[in-house]
Amino acid sequence: MANPINLATLFREQIGGRRNLIINGAMQVWQRGTSATGVGSGSGTYETADRWKFILDPATTVDSYQQAFTLGQTDVPGEPEFYLESDVTASTGASTYYILAQHIEDVRSLAGQTATLSFWAKSSVGGNKVGIEFNQSFGGGSTRVTSVARDSVTLSTSWQKFSVTVDISSISGKTIGATSNSYLELYLWCSAGTDFDFRSSETGLQTGQFDFALIQLELGETATPFEHRSYGEELALCQRYYEIVGMTVTTVGQFDNAVSYAVTKRATPTLSVFSGSLAGATVLGMPNNPVGQIRQQTNSTGASDVAIQANAEL
Amino acid sequence: MEVTNAKYINAVTTDKIVAIHATVDGKETFVPLDPANRHYAEIMRQVEAGELIIEPADEE
Repeated sequence: MANPINLATLFREQIGGRRNLIINGAMQVWQRGTSATGVGSGSGTYETADRWKFILDPATTVDSYQQAFTLGQTDVPGEPEFYLESDVTASTGASTYYILAQHIEDVRSLAGQTATLSFWAKSSVGGNKVGIEFNQSFGGGSTRVTSVARDSVTLSTSWQKFSVTVDISSISGKTIGATSNSYLELYLWCSAGTDFDFRSSETGLQTGQFDFALIQLELGETATPFEHRSYGEELALCQRYYEIVGMTVTTVGQFDNAVSYAVTKRATPTLSVFSGSLAGATVLGMPNNPVGQIRQQTNSTGASDVAIQANAEL
Repeated sequence: MEVTNAKYINAVTTDKIVAIHATVDGKETFVPLDPANRHYAEIMRQVEAGELIIEPADEE
């Protein structure tokens, strides 16, 4: 007999459409590169898998790599292609930390609701913990609120699926700034000194390899099967925040030399060279009207092919 | 975020300030004057904190 429809669940939880609020949870898109050493300088960096931000202090050392699953493996179901590996080789001191983070656009996301985070993970050191924390940032409005929900899990050396259900705080009484850069923030604490015992759910100082795959955050009390999206869909979602655009700067190209983005950006993006050379030219990231462009602003000293990264990450 | 060599740049067509040319984390970078852009927000934070000075744009 077929399973009866549970009406209570139907009305309480999302059963269709776009369930996973995490972008690139399956680690499909790697526009910036597939490996990076010494990630996460300053206030955090995006260096390997799209949308995943490395946040750490200067006393902690982390390298990040794309790793491929073996075809036919059954440890993690659904034939995912890649997982994200990060290697923590040094982490000492009460104020040190390493966090793998994703900023989910718009602080209204899941506010005042029950949500479930699920993911597959393992570590080279059995017993390593991962602290899970959600923070709300109001984009220049109300002060950022940390630990609106938190929990932790303990990893083993084998792949395991973890599921954590949390209540995300309401944003009633808060104000959102006018800059359109508010967000809900997922922190996966992989190492944390004692200064962060509360926020990291006592993760503690840890080293070793941390591997993550199929990360999903969804509305409701239940972890549903991972929502697989096509590469094209996932790439477009990532390109709202980061895209590499090729163009040729020229000695007579200013004003007329422009290349449109494939996807409208979250905000007017920061531009920098990904590969090649501007040959002395300057470029401007034009606003999203309607899609936005990279426009050559001043002439180069010679024609030059250049790949420009347009960055509108949160 | 380490920001050095920050300088405003004008649009050639209008002579109006449109971006900041700077070295951000060691890379030559063009930052738009958009408060929703995280690099611009951080640059303005550093300016307000007295940690960074943005040089004026070249005059035509």
